[in-house]
Amino acid sequence: MKSYLSSEYVVHRDHERCIRCKVCVNQCTYETHYYDPEDDKVYSRDINCTNCQRCVVFCPTNAITITKNPNAYKENENWTQEAIVSIKKQAETGGVILTGMGCDKPHFTFWDRLVLNASQVTNPSIDPLREPMEIRTYLGSKPDRLELKNSDGDVLLMTELAPQLCLETPIMFSALSYGAVSLNVHESLARAATEFGTFFNTGEGGLDPRLYKYGDHTIVQVASGRFGVHPQYLDVGAAIEIKIGQGAKPGIGGHLPGEKVTEDISQTRMIPIGTDALSPAPQHDIYSIEDLRQLIYALKEATDYSKPISVKIAAVHNVAAIASGMVRAGADIIALDGVRGATGAAPRVIRDNVGIPIEFAIASVDQRLREEGIRNRASIVAAGGFRSSADVVKAIALGADAVYIATAALVAIGCTVCQKCYIGKCPWGIATTDPWISKRINPKIASKRLVNLLQAWSSEIKEMMGGMGINAIESLRGNRLHLRGVGLTEAECRILGVKMAGE
Amino acid sequence: MRRILVFEEYCIGCGLCEVYCRVQHSQSKDLIKAYNREQPKPLSRVKLVKAKPVSFAVQCRHCKDPPCVTACLSGAMRRDNDSGLVVHDPDKCIGCWTCIMVCPYTAISINVLGSGVVAKCDLCSTLDTPACVANCPNEALVCEEVL
Repeated sequence: MKSYLSSEYVVHRDHERCIRCKVCVNQCTYETHYYDPEDDKVYSRDINCTNCQRCVVFCPTNAITITKNPNAYKENENWTQEAIVSIKKQAETGGVILTGMGCDKPHFTFWDRLVLNASQVTNPSIDPLREPMEIRTYLGSKPDRLELKNSDGDVLLMTELAPQLCLETPIMFSALSYGAVSLNVHESLARAATEFGTFFNTGEGGLDPRLYKYGDHTIVQVASGRFGVHPQYLDVGAAIEIKIGQGAKPGIGGHLPGEKVTEDISQTRMIPIGTDALSPAPQHDIYSIEDLRQLIYALKEATDYSKPISVKIAAVHNVAAIASGMVRAGADIIALDGVRGATGAAPRVIRDNVGIPIEFAIASVDQRLREEGIRNRASIVAAGGFRSSADVVKAIALGADAVYIATAALVAIGCTVCQKCYIGKCPWGIATTDPWISKRINPKIASKRLVNLLQAWSSEIKEMMGGMGINAIESLRGNRLHLRGVGLTEAECRILGVKMAGE
Repeated sequence: MRRILVFEEYCIGCGLCEVYCRVQHSQSKDLIKAYNREQPKPLSRVKLVKAKPVSFAVQCRHCKDPPCVTACLSGAMRRDNDSGLVVHDPDKCIGCWTCIMVCPYTAISINVLGSGVVAKCDLCSTLDTPACVANCPNEALVCEEVL
């Protein structure tokens, strides 16, 4: 069948600058560039280009420019380029349109319609470079009250505290499964989390034993496929997360293609080499809050009540009521993943249309748990599309205890959000398990870049807190008076629990 | 003594080591001129070898007991006692290629279209860090002081 689709991008090469070194040829994993020995020139097959920018960054003479293909259908606000191209693609293949990363539409981002406060005249701002600023965060269940005893002048704590995770910054690395990403990426995240004093999440593919040494800074995930879950895996992590849903694809399972299941991954996931790893849509032993409670307590029992149990859900319509049930089921941490949460592979219609923005989920869950008097029983971790430290500060002001970042972490180590993760040939060496391509991530360099990112965001968080006259992150948490809405409707302001700017 | 260490597990086979080696050993020290204009073409003294998924860059290992020095007919190849480097004098080289026959690392280059005189890694003695190491994007080449 003749394809009616044209290339999305055009590769321009300045032949005056090109030195035929073929670095672009060997760096593109989609075989876009090729060398023609007869002409002694490098040419490109535009149709293969995903605009990942690998060749642009690596070309030593800056000879390459990639532009959007100027050939476009007649402008139409309703029948957009994406809509027309998708239909043509489906007419030619009969398949579901897959994509990677998070929702790329602008209409779900409410962070940009929330602004932060700063102290002026009536209260002093604080300079974080001169005065102490506390951003250490503890995640886990907090007691309803504390019982203290006075013993010969010493105050003794009589209440037994639930296990806690200690974060030096309210930012953790979100779940990226081994198999979706390579061992080198996992190691980079683990090393950075350990060095900075935060946590990385294994995702649902288990943990390679070579990374057990970073266990104190690892959250091990138990998902519907139960890949790589065994007693030692549960023991080695600092916390366990039950994954119910994912923001990028609420209500559907996962599918790791057999080509990505190499020997190491098959060992860790405990499945045969080359077989597809299918995660069912639901956890088949959890059809109710009572079932969830059983799994939470099975995991607590298995690990001697020594670590907090997190439950991760995609933010959906009744998120507040569901979260309340999760807390009552015994979850110590509630992880909420919003509509902009990313993935290695999901049908685009699901990614872009299912779930609610994380801003509303944080606000409504925090509000509901407070109203029910159980907010202290669980920490709230928000995930899904955090792009900057300002988003983090706004999330904490709305009521989150900490945030998960994954896309931002991957961008720090090279990702350009080209959305082709599902192909498994990521030219930046991230979303791949190909032993040749995954060498592109050197954990020494990548972990340094991740630590730098955490350092930078932490400094910015302190700056913003100082501006508001706050010197401890505890004072910012759920402090919605420090937020104002711009361009929000009254209903949006009410649900977010914020006033309009000027009010 | 400073030496180049090779970490093949992080070599991504891009070949930038060869590109920058060639530029460093060109007349113009300019990427585009070195490749597109200079004659005779400057030679890269580092060679990227690839057998996916393995790849690494090979350059002169500056052996303690270098066979090329023993084999050299004209005395062009010698080992400098102070630096411990194996150095090559192109003015003395007669292009007999005996050194190439005996080098166990195939680390000696020749320009077959030119004079036939060989060329090899000089550890970029005028630079703080050899060009291939400084421009390796994944730190698969590292320059360190070794005993």
